[in-house]
Amino acid sequence: MSLLKIEDLYASIGDEKILNGLSLQINAGETHAIMGPNGSGKSTLSYVLSGREDYDVSKGSVFLDSKEILDIEADERSRLGLFLAFQYPIELPGVTGMTFLRTIINSSRVAKNLPELEGIELVKLIREKAAELEISQDMLKRFVNVGFSGGEKKRFEILQMALLDPKIAVLDETDSGLDVDALRIVGKGVTNLKSKDRGMLVITHYQRLLDHIIPDFVHIMVKGKIIQSGGPDLAKLVEKEGYKSFLNGN
Amino acid sequence: MPIQEETIEQVNLATSKYKYGFSTDLEVDKAPKGLDENIIRLISSKKNEPEWMLDWRLKAFEIWKKMKEPEWAKVNYPKIDYQDIYYYSAPKNTEKLKSLDEVDPELLKTYEKLGIPLNEQKALAGVAVDAVFDSVSVVTTFRKQLEEKGVIFCPISEAIKTHPELVKKYIGSVIPRHDNYFSALNSAVFTDGSFVYIPKGVRCPMELSTYFRINEKNTGQFERTLIIADDDSYVSYLEGCTAPQRDENQLHAAVVELITHDNAEIKYSTVQNWFPGDENGKGGIFNFVTKRGSCLGKNSKISWTQVETGSAVTWKYPSCILHGDNSVGEFYSVAITNNFQQADTGTKMIHLGKNTKSTIISKGISAGKSQNTYRGKVLMQPGAKNARNFTQCDSLLIGDKCGAHTIPYITSKNPSANIEHEATTSKISEDQLFYCLSRGLSEEEAVSLIVNGFCKEVMKELPMEFSVEAQKLIGISLEGSVG
Ligand SMILES: Nc1ncnc2c1ncn2[C@@H]1O[C@H](COP(=O)(O)OP(=O)(O)OP(=O)(O)O)[C@@H](O)[C@H]1O
Ligand SMILES: [Mg+2]
Repeated sequence: MSLLKIEDLYASIGDEKILNGLSLQINAGETHAIMGPNGSGKSTLSYVLSGREDYDVSKGSVFLDSKEILDIEADERSRLGLFLAFQYPIELPGVTGMTFLRTIINSSRVAKNLPELEGIELVKLIREKAAELEISQDMLKRFVNVGFSGGEKKRFEILQMALLDPKIAVLDETDSGLDVDALRIVGKGVTNLKSKDRGMLVITHYQRLLDHIIPDFVHIMVKGKIIQSGGPDLAKLVEKEGYKSFLNGN
Repeated sequence: MPIQEETIEQVNLATSKYKYGFSTDLEVDKAPKGLDENIIRLISSKKNEPEWMLDWRLKAFEIWKKMKEPEWAKVNYPKIDYQDIYYYSAPKNTEKLKSLDEVDPELLKTYEKLGIPLNEQKALAGVAVDAVFDSVSVVTTFRKQLEEKGVIFCPISEAIKTHPELVKKYIGSVIPRHDNYFSALNSAVFTDGSFVYIPKGVRCPMELSTYFRINEKNTGQFERTLIIADDDSYVSYLEGCTAPQRDENQLHAAVVELITHDNAEIKYSTVQNWFPGDENGKGGIFNFVTKRGSCLGKNSKISWTQVETGSAVTWKYPSCILHGDNSVGEFYSVAITNNFQQADTGTKMIHLGKNTKSTIISKGISAGKSQNTYRGKVLMQPGAKNARNFTQCDSLLIGDKCGAHTIPYITSKNPSANIEHEATTSKISEDQLFYCLSRGLSEEEAVSLIVNGFCKEVMKELPMEFSVEAQKLIGISLEGSVG
């Protein structure tokens, strides 16, 4: 049974039709990649999945663990196990990384009927996961995403994912803005998070991320729709030839 | 129906989450409604006051009658009928209590419910409490331990009798009766409050705290607090307050005077949580308070920290008069308004002495249809050589129906003085909320997280024991502010 099932999804914002009958299924343990030209609706898909309110979903359904989630609020979707690593993470002035992580960890633990973590235990957990992503203690003392470099922002997103331990993770261009070393760190971090219980949807423009996070399936999205699916080789084809052949061919 | 049942029912019906909205059914001793000379004489005689105190009150009443209610603040409220208020209400049988065993158990229960256990064994470690219920102080804890150090901490009604020389010398010395309409009114009718004297060279061994509770209907609360820190002494004092949830407005017009002598320091913290009115703007406390400290001595310091979450209307400017050379005044404020609340609050820093220094950090948060105004005055007098002020005023808006206003008045009569003023206004954005929501936080948790981050600089000034409570309070007062 699939963890995430998107069926014939249509979404628009104002008069702008962005998703036009998109379908996709992700089973537990699978990693899927979506590639597609700028403006094809990849980020929109990630927002609609995670429950951002600005969009008008006119048709279709989304099931998480066979539960229809389109009528559920964003926070509840997160508590059900959906995670989005933002293409452009948002700044929270005044809120330190440590405070933010502590708050989201405990809120998710309460949702799972687990006791809240306090003091040493909590700090240990955060430090351990942060170290794997080479995030320094100093960075956690700073305000969330304020003045973070592109690479720091993306690593902080993956840290949150590691701590929230979602069932389905959507990573929107997690490779953009990363230098070679950061790409390796993030790639390793995400790969470590692969598990037989988790599904991942990786949105990217480049093969370079997929060298680290090897996908089981690659989908090509154009104008709000998946027009071709295949194995890892499909990404290499895109890298070599661009989207032209897909656009013409279909 | 007895008051208690009626109110509990109301509380259950009301959607609002003000958790201190219950009232206590007690036998009370009340003066008739309205204000005239006889009421003042009655209050004075109820308290067995000496002649000089009565005269002082009567003079204040004369002054008040000639004054006009101020209208300059950016607040709107229905005209108060000063003849429709009870000026004296006291739970019966509270006179001359020697120990807690004699306190009406209903009263003790009330304070337990409010999270202020008066029983010394159960009390917060290291915090002595003076509990003021409507017009009287019902009990003061830890008095023995304090007396050993020579610290006087007692109801002001008692100090008038036991330490008349101190009261006579200092009462009205910082806030004269004619200072403003509400200080004149308070001077005429004040019923109780706390008195603190820290002798020379003593560091007060525990936090002192007064807990104010308005219980009776239609009763004004006019408390008077006087704190004197003699040379080289230190005290940290905390004031907390709540009131039952009622449909009609109630008036609270307190006066607080602080005095520091050479090298002394007073740290005064307030967590104000009077009933703010319901989500339609009905009911709530009118909080018209005059608070001022005088740094008389050199190198002395007065620090005000306030977290203002309650009241329908707040009019309040805790201030410092920096007489002594090198003296320091500080004002740290968080003022939150939601629904139909209105707050006009800020401070005055009056620099007289050389090298005096003041810091103002004000964080205003407005949500719902509320109005939140910072009004601050910094005045450098000719003698304030090399004086310095730093002011930081930040406003945070939640939603687009509320207002935030910053009104600074800055005057320098000494060219060597240095004044810095910074102000920012920001808004909690949809993006920020969505980011937090996508991490599993509810809207309320998200707002509380962002707001607590916004006011951290002020919150860290609160005594440890109270900062956790204050953080929760911020979350509660902003419930329902988004979505
Ligand atoms: N708030 C909005 N109002 C109007 N149009 C929007 C809005 N958000 C997105 N769009 C439009 O929807 C289309 C899809 O945008 P989206 O960000 O989903 O693309 P994308 O595939 O993620 O692109 P990129 O590869 O550049 O990140 C674009 O044409 C964009 O301009
Ligand atoms: Mg995008």
